[in-house]
Amino acid sequence: MSKSLAIKWIVIIVVLLGSLALIYPNYRWYSKPNDERVKLEALGERPARMLNLGLDLRGGSSLLLELDVSKLSTKEPLNEAMARAIEIIRNRIDQYGVGETQITRQGDKWILVQLPGVANPAAAEALIGKTAMLEFHIVKNDTTGAEKAIEKLESMEEPYDQDGVLKPEIAQLLPEGYTIFRTKDGGYYVADKTAKVTGADLENARLTMYGDNGYPEVAFSFNAEGAKKFGQLTGANLGKQLAIVLDNTIQSAPVVQSRITKDGRISGTFTLEEAKQLTIVLKAGALPAPVHVIEKKTIGPTLGEDSIKSGLGASLYALLGILVFMIIYYKWAGFIADIALVLNLVLMVAIMSYFSATLTVPGIAGIILSLAMAIDANVLIIERMREEKLLGQPIQTIIQLGYEKAWSAIFDSNITTIIVGCCLLQFGTGPVKGFAVTLIIGLTVSLFTAVFVTRAIYELVLTSNPKEISL
Amino acid sequence: MMTFFPKTHIDFLKYRKVYFTISACIFALGIFLFATKGLNMGIDFTGGTMVQVKFEQKVDMAQIRSALVQTGQSSDLQSYGENTYAVREKGSEANVGEVQARIEKALDTLNVPYVVQQTNFVGPTVGQNMTERAAWAIILSLVLIIIYVAFRFNNILWGTSGVVALFHDLFVMAVAFAITQREIDLVVVAAFLTVAGFSINDTIVIFDRIRENMRLNPRATLGQLINQSINETLSRTVITSVTVVGALFVLYFIGGEALNSFSFAMLVGCICGFYTTIALTTPLVYVWSKGDRADAAQAEQVARRAEKKAVAKPVAAPTASAEQPAQAHAHKATRKSRRNRR
Repeated sequence: MSKSLAIKWIVIIVVLLGSLALIYPNYRWYSKPNDERVKLEALGERPARMLNLGLDLRGGSSLLLELDVSKLSTKEPLNEAMARAIEIIRNRIDQYGVGETQITRQGDKWILVQLPGVANPAAAEALIGKTAMLEFHIVKNDTTGAEKAIEKLESMEEPYDQDGVLKPEIAQLLPEGYTIFRTKDGGYYVADKTAKVTGADLENARLTMYGDNGYPEVAFSFNAEGAKKFGQLTGANLGKQLAIVLDNTIQSAPVVQSRITKDGRISGTFTLEEAKQLTIVLKAGALPAPVHVIEKKTIGPTLGEDSIKSGLGASLYALLGILVFMIIYYKWAGFIADIALVLNLVLMVAIMSYFSATLTVPGIAGIILSLAMAIDANVLIIERMREEKLLGQPIQTIIQLGYEKAWSAIFDSNITTIIVGCCLLQFGTGPVKGFAVTLIIGLTVSLFTAVFVTRAIYELVLTSNPKEISL
Repeated sequence: MMTFFPKTHIDFLKYRKVYFTISACIFALGIFLFATKGLNMGIDFTGGTMVQVKFEQKVDMAQIRSALVQTGQSSDLQSYGENTYAVREKGSEANVGEVQARIEKALDTLNVPYVVQQTNFVGPTVGQNMTERAAWAIILSLVLIIIYVAFRFNNILWGTSGVVALFHDLFVMAVAFAITQREIDLVVVAAFLTVAGFSINDTIVIFDRIRENMRLNPRATLGQLINQSINETLSRTVITSVTVVGALFVLYFIGGEALNSFSFAMLVGCICGFYTTIALTTPLVYVWSKGDRADAAQAEQVARRAEKKAVAKPVAAPTASAEQPAQAHAHKATRKSRRNRR
């Protein structure tokens, strides 16, 4: 064996062993029963570098959220607001205890939240969607000047828009500095328009199971800044009602008995779930602007599992068929091509595991295309070898010319397809990106396996000076 | 050596008018179908809500349809394998929970137990954005392919023919989807992309062979070179296509719902791709090269030289061209091969 051939083989063996080491955690993980995986995942004991299954394969929900840019504070740049929104959503979801959630930014103002294994995203959605805009407004005892507006409000069926904001036709009837908030049970209060203190100054929030009136309550404490402001507000308005407004709706309006600084609590007719969610969102902070769900997909776990089972089974049969066909048609050369093909698959899974890539149905399409092109590369090489063989060339020349002549076609077609893959990666959204990633990885790998590895095998075979190799 | 094809010497270019006619017919049919039936675009593109349910017993589709009338909204019903149906309200911007509740309420009247397997809600802006981005990706890819092929093969016509072939494959796939009215969702888009990849691959393989043969026989005409190259790569084209199509058949029949429309699209695309590779890509190069006026003067020279030869051998030339019209136009193509070699 020549030195260069030995080096080639060392490279191949190292790559192969490395790949197997990367794949092994996948094997261990996915051979565990589903329940156990869910349990381990919740504990955060999932191996880090591993192939993830997309929601279309394992079931779960995905939510695409749009940040309402029009309601964003002008002081905050969009990128910062997005980063903050993602961070806040992540905090909220993490505290809710859903394992392996992926939260990613898409485009300018979109956030994709993927919740694997969650079949009913309603709770998560409510949690994410809560703006949790907490404000404290002083209730106006004296409503003179607001009679017309109140009359109008009482005559209307829907005086508030879907975000709970008073409709402009009523608002314009009110005197300067006044507004009317709705209460949870359908009533209303006339109050100061400006909020002197907001949830932005909150430091912490806790759930109290049984409050004064038997309902769960949320206790909170302000930071130093907030405590100062709150102290001023309550001190100046003793005896008045203080409306605790959450997302434009009054939760409760207790009478201020004394000056309060650091600690307070929100009581109301909360259910336990509502109070729990409120605690989480208050703790995580308010979103920079409201978010709207613009896409919501839910795939039941059975559907995902079914599609995996039938899809995987069919893919294995298809692959097996190709392997057998290659051996029958191309004999030894076909067998060598088969080795390269299997190695191609192994390397792809390894690389995808290393990058913790997510496998989706379009991703599988990318794998199929790259495998087909890997076979094609070998077919091209072997057909060239056959041509040389018909010319009666000696075996060394057959192999050498086979590779040399087929190379330009293989190279050009792979590069062209990789160019397409890069365009898709750049412009495509989620699923198209998944396709592009597996395709680019697969094609790069196939240049290695279908050309480099097979040639090394032929060269190794040649060292034993065979008279011919069956093609 | 096991071979499906012994060495072939088929004159593929001879039938180019037939190929072009077939493609033109498909094109006309496609335009007609797009105009009349249209494509069944999924909610990924149109926006709207989809609810997929699986009934525990067999239910008549007509029954479900009449139950759905109660929703008061127009909705599509599609069968998805055993007792599984998808209900879609396209373009609806209503809250997904609302739509789902509405559909479930209607389905409850059937009194057959069912489970909701899948729900999708896509807002209108998402679909629009998706379409825009996909369009940009495709346009940019096509331009880059033309540039790359022009650079590697020193001729912009080649890259353009390759892109036309690619477009042809995708068009035929779209026609197949218009005929069957299968829904085009994101997975189908992945299939389109995959076929685009195949199509380019096939084109490059043939072009590469022509490029090589040009180097080996600088004197041969473009027509001869093309025919020779298609024949020489025929075995490869067939083997690769057979392997891929075979694998796709397996996926189509036993791959389950998730892969069904994907493998259908791929099957159409790959079978069409096989045809395009032989019948469209290179004949286009041939025809377009011929129409190039810049070489007219040189062509005349070649023609004159050919005449002189014909005069020198007055008996042989006329018989040859009479018996083999293919070779006669192959002569005319000489100037093209010259041009391409530069």
